[in-house]
Amino acid sequence: MATIRPRVKAPKKAAAGEIIEIKTLINHDMESGQRKDKDGNPIPRQIIHKFTAEFNGTEFFSVDLAPAISANPYLSFNAKVDESGEFTFRWFDDDGSVYEDTKSIEVT
Amino acid sequence: AAVVAGLTVIPGLANADEAAVTEAIKGMVGDVPDESGVALDLPEIAENGNTVPLSFTVDAPMGEDLYVKDVMVMADGNPSPDVAVFHFTPMSGVAAGSTRMRLAGTQNVVAVARLSDGTALMGSKQVKVTIGGCGG
Repeated sequence: MATIRPRVKAPKKAAAGEIIEIKTLINHDMESGQRKDKDGNPIPRQIIHKFTAEFNGTEFFSVDLAPAISANPYLSFNAKVDESGEFTFRWFDDDGSVYEDTKSIEVT
Repeated sequence: AAVVAGLTVIPGLANADEAAVTEAIKGMVGDVPDESGVALDLPEIAENGNTVPLSFTVDAPMGEDLYVKDVMVMADGNPSPDVAVFHFTPMSGVAAGSTRMRLAGTQNVVAVARLSDGTALMGSKQVKVTIGGCGG
């Protein structure tokens, strides 16, 4: 698998109380566990099973993902921002890896 | 219960997992909600079942006192009905989300929302799939 690189698109500025949209994408095979290799042996499941979003250290959104989520999982969601700060996004892999990205926002 | 009756009369869809979806809904919110309130945006026909776009919006307030806590998305014709569970807080501002999912074939996609006071809402939509998305 190529190097796993999370990507997040979020506004850099917002008005206080505004509801913003955040879009995330991470390259990952999301191996479902349903497939078999050429010799008929099952390919073990390996997916991103959880995603979390924090703002200034408080988790405000998360998703539990099942193997039915497509490869290179895409998620979009919203946040109501009242103050400037930093978002932290984390993706949790079945193999124990955790991938992280951060975005700052200036609220006026 | 009327909603489930509606799901079962779609011809040619004898899915083993339909009961599993009903069980999952009961496990989450106690009973299958009669209410609608979850709007699902899905293609009527998906040419590629490997990546079917899904968006939902729950018609409910997102205040400190009453808000949408969880939205569970299921597909009744996949090997396992689970697709994703979204967890919200008042800071979400709106209970909406989108992702892309795999559908093994033509089937119903169901979303159930649970509010902080226990109220349950739901929505469902059939997607016709031309090429299934579970690989060989």
